[in-house]
Amino acid sequence: MAVKVMIPTPLRQFTGKQSSIECSAATVGEALGSLTGTFTDLRKHLFTDDGKIRSFVNVYLNDEDIRFLDKENTRTKDGDTISIVPSIAGGSRDDGK
Amino acid sequence: MAIPTDTLQQQEVKLSKDEIQRYSRHLIMPEVGMEGQLKLKRARVLTIGTGGLGAPLGLYLAAAGVGHLGLVDFDVVDSSNLQRQVTFTTADVGKPKSEAAKARLSALNPAIDIVSYETRLTSDNALDLFRDYDIIVDGTDNFPTRFLVNDACVLLGKPNVYGSIFRFEGQATVFGYPGGPCYRCLYPEPPPPGLVPSCAEGGVLGVLPGIVGSIQAMETIKLILGAGDPLVGRLLLFDALAMRFRELKLRRNPDCPMCGDHRTITKLIDYEEFCGIRGEEAPAMTDGIPEITATELKARQDRGDKLFILDVREPHEYQICNLNGKLIPLGELPRRVNELDSSVEMVVHCRSGKRSADAIHFLQTAGFKKLWNLKGGVLAWADEVDPRMPKY
Repeated sequence: MAVKVMIPTPLRQFTGKQSSIECSAATVGEALGSLTGTFTDLRKHLFTDDGKIRSFVNVYLNDEDIRFLDKENTRTKDGDTISIVPSIAGGSRDDGK
Repeated sequence: MAIPTDTLQQQEVKLSKDEIQRYSRHLIMPEVGMEGQLKLKRARVLTIGTGGLGAPLGLYLAAAGVGHLGLVDFDVVDSSNLQRQVTFTTADVGKPKSEAAKARLSALNPAIDIVSYETRLTSDNALDLFRDYDIIVDGTDNFPTRFLVNDACVLLGKPNVYGSIFRFEGQATVFGYPGGPCYRCLYPEPPPPGLVPSCAEGGVLGVLPGIVGSIQAMETIKLILGAGDPLVGRLLLFDALAMRFRELKLRRNPDCPMCGDHRTITKLIDYEEFCGIRGEEAPAMTDGIPEITATELKARQDRGDKLFILDVREPHEYQICNLNGKLIPLGELPRRVNELDSSVEMVVHCRSGKRSADAIHFLQTAGFKKLWNLKGGVLAWADEVDPRMPKY
């Protein structure tokens, strides 16, 4: 299944600045595995050491949170969009120190 | 869909002749009308943060005639704020933000009641501050305060109009609405320090908070009026570069420790600790990391000592100013570590010393031993050695 993974701004530095990646995968987990296989620096930002999706990263299949579907095993179909939605806190002041 | 508030119904208020003229473009719209304008006048809205998001928020809420505005901010206006915090003028630099914002909003609309709180929002004062307001608008810039605002809103049953930004991407939604999700339903836990985008990818396009803060102002006014469909159960994502809005579903998590069926959090906690932060500017790892000051580094260079300078900032930062070091951004270091020679003495630096500390920690685990962290980064170099170097 050809799916598109949307990469949020904070993680684009790990995907060669690409804002979306097309890949072939039957489940959301496979798509993320394929993505982090290609872009290895991305892995620790999405997964814990034991391979679970980090709790501050949300993954959506189209407009639905996969935690309320079948999590990583959620099946994809052609043309689906997977979104990675990390928590961002920025607001008023400079983020950086 | 109007929010259940006491104050919206209780007070008898009227509009003066001047106010009728001022709000005439509202009054001639049936969706607002006299009834809606009086709701706005009775409403009490507390904005947390008067910066990038707080600027359009404050301006639009004051202009719209929200009768009671509270402004919480402990910070002072810095010249680097003016690129996006449009409430402030150059003359405000150095003044407390809450005071400067109050002065600006009072000038815009003298008929409304504005209270400034020049204080940091904490677990000790949040509930007392929030209690007097109908709606809380979150325009803060850090995870501990976002969790604090969320928890206090859920405990008090007040809606939390949420907006957040990063570089050129924004998020907005309304949490804490009766039956709707809260911030913890979306993000049960904060990211650990070090895994969040930090200064390496920091910065924000100045217009972006203007757009996201305006969305928060619109949602606040809709909640007050009870008009339209509030942004509840939906997370609005905005990508300014693509100029695209997307919407994702947000669901209340029945297992949420805050707003779920079996609440386990019943009071405010220590949010700095919860987020793994102790002291906002403390570097993540200073233990075992040898430091060199800018003055010492200059002295050793002047003596002719051969020191390899490694700059772990981003290329666009290097363009602003640099120490003629080799540039390997922190994020690329693991992949490019083979470009470095572990036999030479190395000074690692970034902007202020935090990223370079992380880089040294990594290099130590990779077997490097002759390492120094430039204390205070290029900012310290500009202060101590070269006053002509621009700071950013």
